[in-house]
Amino acid sequence: MALRPYAVAKRTLGMADKLLDVNWGLVLLISIIASAGIAMLYSVAGGHWNPWALSQLSKFVLGFLIMVVAASIDVRVWMSLAYPAYGLALLLLVAVDVAGHVGLGAQRWIMLGPLELQPSELMKISLVLALARFLHGKSVEEVSKPLNLGIALVMIGVPALFVVIEPNLGTTLIIVMDGISLLFLAGLSWYWIIPAVSAIVTAIPLAWRFVLHDYQKARVMTFLNPEADALGAGWNITQAKIAIGSGGLSGKGFLQGTQSRLNFLPEKQTDFIWTSLCEEFGFVGAVAMLVLFATVIFYGVQIAMSARSQFARLLSMGVTLNFFFYIMVNGLMVMGLIPVVGIPMPLLSYGGTAMLTVMFGFGLLLSVHVHRQVEIPRHSGGII
Amino acid sequence: MPLFDKKDKSRYATFSRRSLAMGGGMALVFAVLGGRLYQLQIRDGEEYKTEAEDNRINERLLAPPRGRIFDRFGVELANNRRNYRVLLVAEQATDGVAEALDTIGEVIQLTDVQKKRVMTELAQNKKFVPVPVAENLTWEEFSRINLHLPYLPGVQPDVSETRDYPYGPEMVHVLGYVASVSEQELAHDDDPLMSLPGMRIGKRGIEKEFDKQLRGRAGASRVEVNAYGRVIRELGKDPGVPGQDVWLSLDGELQRFADQRLSGESAACVVMDATNGDVLALSSTPGFDPNWFNVGVTGPQWRELATSEYKPLLNKAIAGTYPPGSTFKTAMALAAVDNGMDDLVVDCTGSIRLGDHTFYCDAWRIGGHGHVSLTRGIQVSCDIYFYEVARRLGIDKMAEAANALGLGSPTGIELPGELGGLIPTRAWKMKRFGVPWQQGETLVNGIGQGYVLATPIQLCTLAARLATGKAVSPRLAHQVGGALQSHPLAAPLPFSDKAFAMVREGMGMAVNAPGGTAYGSRILQPGFEMAGKTGTAQVRRITREERQSGLTPQSQLPWAQREHALFIAFAPLDNPRYAASIVLEHGGNAHTEPQVQFARDILTFAQTRDTLGKQTAYPPINAAAAVPPTPTTNGGQKFAKAGY
Repeated sequence: MALRPYAVAKRTLGMADKLLDVNWGLVLLISIIASAGIAMLYSVAGGHWNPWALSQLSKFVLGFLIMVVAASIDVRVWMSLAYPAYGLALLLLVAVDVAGHVGLGAQRWIMLGPLELQPSELMKISLVLALARFLHGKSVEEVSKPLNLGIALVMIGVPALFVVIEPNLGTTLIIVMDGISLLFLAGLSWYWIIPAVSAIVTAIPLAWRFVLHDYQKARVMTFLNPEADALGAGWNITQAKIAIGSGGLSGKGFLQGTQSRLNFLPEKQTDFIWTSLCEEFGFVGAVAMLVLFATVIFYGVQIAMSARSQFARLLSMGVTLNFFFYIMVNGLMVMGLIPVVGIPMPLLSYGGTAMLTVMFGFGLLLSVHVHRQVEIPRHSGGII
Repeated sequence: MPLFDKKDKSRYATFSRRSLAMGGGMALVFAVLGGRLYQLQIRDGEEYKTEAEDNRINERLLAPPRGRIFDRFGVELANNRRNYRVLLVAEQATDGVAEALDTIGEVIQLTDVQKKRVMTELAQNKKFVPVPVAENLTWEEFSRINLHLPYLPGVQPDVSETRDYPYGPEMVHVLGYVASVSEQELAHDDDPLMSLPGMRIGKRGIEKEFDKQLRGRAGASRVEVNAYGRVIRELGKDPGVPGQDVWLSLDGELQRFADQRLSGESAACVVMDATNGDVLALSSTPGFDPNWFNVGVTGPQWRELATSEYKPLLNKAIAGTYPPGSTFKTAMALAAVDNGMDDLVVDCTGSIRLGDHTFYCDAWRIGGHGHVSLTRGIQVSCDIYFYEVARRLGIDKMAEAANALGLGSPTGIELPGELGGLIPTRAWKMKRFGVPWQQGETLVNGIGQGYVLATPIQLCTLAARLATGKAVSPRLAHQVGGALQSHPLAAPLPFSDKAFAMVREGMGMAVNAPGGTAYGSRILQPGFEMAGKTGTAQVRRITREERQSGLTPQSQLPWAQREHALFIAFAPLDNPRYAASIVLEHGGNAHTEPQVQFARDILTFAQTRDTLGKQTAYPPINAAAAVPPTPTTNGGQKFAKAGY
């Protein structure tokens, strides 16, 4: 298939066309996963809609609308909004450190009217947008030029710095992984990658000594030997493993999870929702959920591969990877394979900002899908 | 500038290649997650299921009701009283705990100290844990609380059980008491009940001796709990086994009478059935209130108990050891008859010289007792006579006789902490001090001084054995749960009937014949007459100067330096049924013999009440053993008429 010149490409699609063109299979998958999440929130509340399930349902509905709206907006518009969104997210991030109120010993929220906003969640999507925008016009050689690489690293590093001092190690990790992944996809040279990886490996002991907070060190130590402190800091991991393991092959049944119902699971409605799912639906249910997640990611990768502009490719792959990193970090964490870092399971865990940003991310992914035929010149800055 | 240059192609290829690689990486991570799920849920699933159940299910112990203690007639001496109390649950007190306490204070009396304690306890416990506000309420107070319950959010009326001793200090040295489990006891007893909060176990007396039987077996309630320990629901229940009741041979009324009669003194008294050893009363004064220990003894209470000169914590009846003094002469007389001294007559001049030491008799001031026979020796308690008996017997024969009569080793009474007293021998002295026995010591020990030590219960056993000629041993527990306690039949003692007859006659004369040491306090009521032997135990040495200048009257000495006064007795004289012993610490008074008066009153009370004639609440043990010995005299009146 010959490439359609940009001038020939349909500049705009009608709203009806766009809605018809949305990948509804993907939307269905997302809705199934979110419904399962709401059902789990209903279960961990002891079979009640309050306090979590109903609230989560309303957030999902709102997120769904955001997703559809985002899908219908031209990918070039998103390209134009990439830098302003990044700037706004960075501003809010700075604001939490100044005006954010204290919760769980870490400053992570900002009150926006009645909404509790987590700028670090916004930052993940904004960074993906901005980096995709920045790398859009860069060839493989240009990406590896020190200046461009430097700018990209600053774009990643500045928000990462503000998130890490919140302190929120988990989100910092995901922001950095998102950014580095985009650099990698944009064609960063192995001559940079290999020395960088070696440097990181040597930096870990130094970080341990000088950077990590005591509670973060405690989490790592607890992870390495949870049974040493089974009633203290190791409680979370130990109880999560018991919950998952006791689910067995087919689970204890909906509403029958004793570990969550009797409060043995900490933060059962947020970071540890996965353990409740494993407990009530067993190996069968958990694997089915993993398959659903993997299918969503498969769709994401497919959409990225079929997009016709570097911005759209990087954006959709970035959004997909962001979704994946959530699942990976949360899954490995609650199953006791990495230290406990505060990362929710996307679409399943209770939490407004995470739900809205994940749904917004899917909106961007769908926008790329809807506008997959749109080609953007290398030096274009998008349209508004 | 072209819209799409060649570089686009290469970077798209790179993107696709690297995207696929990352896709592969993601697939790998999913495989790891799936593998981990397999590991946790399939491979180790059963193990985690067990752990989840352990988390969820809690065994709550249920304390069985403690067995009761009865006397021989079925009177409750220790029971479980309903403890009406008020609990407060912080999370249910919607108006706040301070307000709740104030409201409770309007219904029942609450001191500020109580309120403060409740606030502290509430602060220390989880919000759903009920904390006792007031205990041991009257039924009226409890009813008032129940009436006001609708206005008392968070208040829970509750009925629990607490150990109660209706007769308080009067029985404490027999029954003992219960108190909280100590760390040490917890470590040495694997009964799950021991770790139950509020658990009380026997610490002394019968409560300790039969603690295992009285305690019962713990019940359990299987409950589902949440992570904070709150009970969600009950899954199953095992009611456990209630503690077994214990029936004692004690006569509660006699015990109370004896204890009241001795009150104000530091004294001990044992009364037993002379025919079988059933202990009817065992008193040690002063006592203390066992209920104090149940609720927790206070600092001042403890200091008073621990420092009192009268030693209220000591059960003197089984753990007080005293020189038996002249009561020991009965044992010496028994041995004397069987060693050819039945017709020994000694001329008492008031003192006797042995080597360079002079031994005195009580009658030394009036020039001695004159010609003294064996029975008269007992009657007037002539030391000179028994010096001669002791000299002829020698220490080892003396010890042999004393041991046969129950002295020198614990009697085996079912009470913890019994001491064995001491009957010295040559071998004992060599072992203890590394020096050989002196003949002078034989003489001193022959009148129950020197090394000889005995407990009141041993002395009572001695009295019973003299009265019956059988090796009766004291026993207290008759029936535990449904099981009668087994006691061996009392074997005949290795002394001749003639010996027993002579000693009994001497003891009868000591009480009932004019000139007898206890004559002033004899029982006058026909048929109830007692026989006995007084004794005095010196707690200090009488110096030669004192002998010369005249002895200081006992009443003018400091209390702790006065002599102990002892008495052993049996009654009635013709057909002994009751044996008794009394030790009155530092109560010596040669004129009034107060210890004899106590014995007189207690034995009169027992015989008037006819303790042993009454039907017991349980069947007799070894009924065949309860054969009274043949009467040896025709009654106490004979002595008076014969004009001794």
